[in-house]
Formats: sequence, C-alpha cells, structure tokens
Amino acid sequence: MCEKENDDSPCAADRRSFLNRLSLGLAGLIGAAMSLPPIAYVLSPLVGKPPRKWRDVGGLEDFSIGETRLVQFQDATSTAWAGDTAMTGAWLRRIGEEQFIAFSVNCRHLGCPVRWVNDAKLFMCPCHGGVYYEDGAVAAGPPPEALARYPVRVVDGKVEVETSPIPLTTNDLA
Amino acid sequence: MKLIKSILGWLDDRSGFSDVVMPMLRHVVPDNARWWYVFGSATLCAFAVQVISGIALATTYVPGGEAAYESLLYITNEAPLGNLLRGMHYYGATAMVVLAIIHMTQVFLHAAYKYPRELNWMSGVVLLFVVLGMSFTGQLLRWDANGVWSVTVAAEMAGRAPVVGPAIAHAILGGETVGGSTLTRFFAIHVFVLPGLIFAGIGLHLWLVLRHGISEMPNVDEPVDPATYKEDYEARLQKTGVPFWPIAAWRDTVFSIAVMGLIVGCALFFGPPALGTSPDPSDINANPMPDWYFWWYFAILSMLPPQLETFVILGLPVVGLLGLIVVPMFSNKGDRAPSRRPWAVGTVVFGFTALVVLTIYGYRKPWSPDFGVKPLPASVVDSSDPAVVHGAELVHQKGCMYCHEIDGYGGHRGPGLSDIGKRLTQPELIIRINNGGYNMPSFAASLNADELADMVAFLNTRGGAVLKKDASSSDSGVRK
Repeated sequence: MCEKENDDSPCAADRRSFLNRLSLGLAGLIGAAMSLPPIAYVLSPLVGKPPRKWRDVGGLEDFSIGETRLVQFQDATSTAWAGDTAMTGAWLRRIGEEQFIAFSVNCRHLGCPVRWVNDAKLFMCPCHGGVYYEDGAVAAGPPPEALARYPVRVVDGKVEVETSPIPLTTNDLA
Repeated sequence: MKLIKSILGWLDDRSGFSDVVMPMLRHVVPDNARWWYVFGSATLCAFAVQVISGIALATTYVPGGEAAYESLLYITNEAPLGNLLRGMHYYGATAMVVLAIIHMTQVFLHAAYKYPRELNWMSGVVLLFVVLGMSFTGQLLRWDANGVWSVTVAAEMAGRAPVVGPAIAHAILGGETVGGSTLTRFFAIHVFVLPGLIFAGIGLHLWLVLRHGISEMPNVDEPVDPATYKEDYEARLQKTGVPFWPIAAWRDTVFSIAVMGLIVGCALFFGPPALGTSPDPSDINANPMPDWYFWWYFAILSMLPPQLETFVILGLPVVGLLGLIVVPMFSNKGDRAPSRRPWAVGTVVFGFTALVVLTIYGYRKPWSPDFGVKPLPASVVDSSDPAVVHGAELVHQKGCMYCHEIDGYGGHRGPGLSDIGKRLTQPELIIRINNGGYNMPSFAASLNADELADMVAFLNTRGGAVLKKDASSSDSGVRK
C-alpha cells in the first residue's frame, strides 16, 4: 500500500494505473459476457441450416404435359408459428411422362415474384420488368441470371419438389 | 395546497430540477432564431408520437408468422381507436422523415454545421439514417404480402455484398427463407434497437445544442472564424440573446401543435395504409412497392445498367451517409449566408429536384409491366378486317400491351405502339417481333405464322401506314 492514494508518488501512480486497467478489463469482460451469447443467438440461423425436404405437390394426373402451373408447398422451416409465411411456391412444368422442371418464383434481379404469362410463354416480373423465356433464360430487363430451378422427382405417382433457400443473386454467381 | 407545495419542493430539491433542468431550458439563444428553427423540435415531437402510438400498438400487435396479419386486421377493423392509432403511427413516421429532411436542409443552407457545430451535424446525419431504417422496418411490420416481398428484396440486395452477402441475407431472413423468424427480427430491430439508437442520438444531439448554443441566422458580414467565433458568439448573445424558454420556445410549441394536428387529421380523414393480401410467400400476385420515402431509390434501381447495379445497391447508402457526414470536414469556416454559397444552394435545388422527379417516376413505375391492362376496345381497333381484329386481340393476349401502350391502353416499359405503323415497315415489324430487341423478348416461339401475320396487320394500321403486302415474308414465317 502507498502512503497516500492521491499524490504523485510512483507508488500511487502505479496503483492508479493498475486499478484503471483492471476496471477497464473487467468492464470489457462483463460487456463480452452479456453481449456474446445474445449475438451468437441472433446469428444462429447462419449456422443451423434446416434439412431439405421433399414436398408432395400433386399427383402425376394433375399435370398436363407442356403445362406450366404454380405449385405451393411448405418450405423447410421448423418454426411452429410461421403459418402462411412458411409457404413457398414454384412454377412447375411437366415436360414428359415423369419429367418436370420447377422454376423458382423469385426474380433473379431482386427476388420479386415472377408470373407466368402462358399466351406469351414468358415469365414476367412486376418490380423492374425482368422477363424470362420459357426455359428460364433472361429475355429482357435487369435480371443478371436465369431463373433458378428446384429439384423435382416423381415417387409412386406423386410429384415432389425439394425445398430450397431463396435463390440469392450474389456477386459470386454474377 | 400547502402539502402539495411541500411535496413539489421536496422533489425539486432532491431531483435538482430547478438547479439543473431550468437553466437548460432558460439558456440564452439568439433572438433571430425564429420560425426557421422550429423543424428540429417538430421532428422530436413526431418521434414522441411514434413512441407513444407504437407502445399502444405493441400491446395488440403479435409479431409472429400469420398472427401478425390477423392482429393488424383486428387493430384496423375492430379494436377501438385502432384505425386512428395505426394512422397516427404511419403519418407520424411520414412527418418524422419529412421534418428531419427539412431540418437538415435548413441547417445545410444556413451552414449551421460549421465550427463549432460539426458534431451536431454528424449526429443529425446518423439520426436521419436511423429514422429511414425505422421507416423501412416499420413498413415490413405491416406484415402483408408487400411486407413479405419487401423483406425478400432487402435480403437479395444485401446478398450482393462481396463474400459476406449471403450471410447477411440469411441473417435478415432469420434463415434461408422467409418464415417464422423473419418478422420477429424486424420487430426487435424496430421497437428496441433503432429506437434505442434514436434516443441516444437525440440525447447527444440536444447535449451538443446546449454545449455550442443555437446558431444565429447567417449574416453576410459575419463569416465563421474558428479563432474568434466562440467569443464573438458569446458577446452577441450578451447583447441580444433571449432565454429559450419561453421567449423562443413558444414558436416550437405552436409549430409542433400544427404538426400534431396534421398527423391526427390525416389519420382521421385518410386512415392508415390499406393492408394487402396475407403474408403468403407463395402468393405470386403481389406487386412489391416500398413506402413513398424510397420510391426515388426504387426508380434508380430500375434505370441502372446491370454492371453498375451492385455498386449502387450497396454503395449508395454508404456513400450517402459518409458524404453527408464529411460535409463539415470540407467546410467548417467562412461564409454562412446562402447568398455567398451558390454551390450549396445549387446542391439543395438539384437534390430536391432529383428527389421529386425520381419519386414521381418511382410512383408511376413505367418500367413495370401492366398486368391489369384491358383488351383494346373496338373503337381503338377501328377495323372490320378479321385479321386486324384478331391481331388486336393477340397484342393483348400475348402480353405485348403489358409493356406497350396503344392509344391510352397498356404499360409504358417499351415504346408506344400508337403510331408504330408509321415508324416500322411490315418486314421490320416481323423481324422485331420474331427476334425481339433491346429490352424486348423474342416472340418467335409463342406466335405461329398466322398469328404473326394478323398481329403485323393490326400494328400496320396504327398511325395510318399502308400495308406493304409485297414485302418478303418467306424468311420470317409469315403466311402469304
């Protein structure tokens, strides 16, 4: 112990310096202890990817060859309270006896919902006017990528689409 | 009465209200700080409306999945005063954005950001961006189809960031798709994180106002000289200053009550924004549209060449924030009077003109296909030729009119076709329809030869052109 705590002696200065660093260090630890678990909690969706699931969207007999139809199904979310927000859609086209193509409904420009215009054989986006051909290739407008496709399979006469993440148009793909 | 006085005196003594708060309220301000200076306090008033109406709405709003939409329907249609409260919250947000921008423009035009008030300006810029963040997240809490798709668009925009883009996008969505964890995130940000930042920002902003004083009206004879400014300012205050409360503050209260009346009046007469369809991400009939504050940005995104898009999407907010923050670093002394700062006046005039033009453009969104276009009436087709009549039906059926306007019918994404018969010959029309063109898809796969011939026959009647029947059509698949 120093003789006086508030003088300019080396002992008092050293002690103040030590206590200064100790308090700041402990305050940092307290801050980390209270912040890190909540931050990790908020970011946890980045780590735990939900498993992909195959969703039944109808029987083979429900789809005519050449027809493009909107199918709606539940995504892979596991939150019980999601309700309608867990739904997702795909434009499904039957191209053969058991062959299908499922296009994402998300425009590759900014993710808006594209619509199938059957008479024109085009997918069109209402947001910024992106247009895609029948095969999903970009026909006009700002989309930098063709429409994404979802895996489809036929099991026991049932058509199933695999749930997928919202297709992001990232720099890596551009 | 004596007892009440005694209690109030005790509270005053123990809390230090008269010793600490009253001197703040009565601090001396320039006497010429009149109606120009009411916008900051009115912004604060609008924020108070948001806090109070927001707390009331949060007692009923359920921030989760489809229950959010149901609770919004209840608030809007059934809860006593719910419709009024939603309206107040919406028009309060509008008032806050508008007043913050006006306040900032006044500060910029009067160069009140110069020495020693640089940090006042910087904290105000940050506050403006947080307020815009509140507006965006608030729009999403109106959890209908538009809200769902706006989240998707936000995630897509964030996803463009290099390397960390997908992680940010999934953090925004609360997973890989829109779902139960999406809305709750935005709710937490809207009611806890951003308001906390605003409270802290307002605290800092007001403290800086007290520390450096309210700036005077600009005077061409009093340029800012950091070496002498504080002494000169104090000397002028000694001569002509007045206590803020109540000599200057009465104008703030009068203007704020007018703003309050406008907010409540709009809520009563216009009501809150209508709810769209339910928040079902598989509903593809939504037409996502931001609230009006972002229409200008919506318009910019539609006009960008693809190679610039990512840079603008990610860079514009950052450049805008940093560009405004550094203003005082480039000019913190010298003239304050707008008459001596033509570049500043020009910047404001150009900025507002661009904002208004882009906002109108964003509202009209001529780049968006018009999916609701009606078939052309017989009066417009104006022909009894079966081929022409069929051609007119085809330009509607095949979606041409989603993007092209004919005599007042149709979208505006592509050029109008009202006089296309004058501008393009029959072979040129055939080539254009078959091959497509700039921003126009090819229709070769969706039109047979007869349909193409009828469509061209109709288009040739637009503008009074004469059908060029002998044009070669064998290469283009048109029937003879």
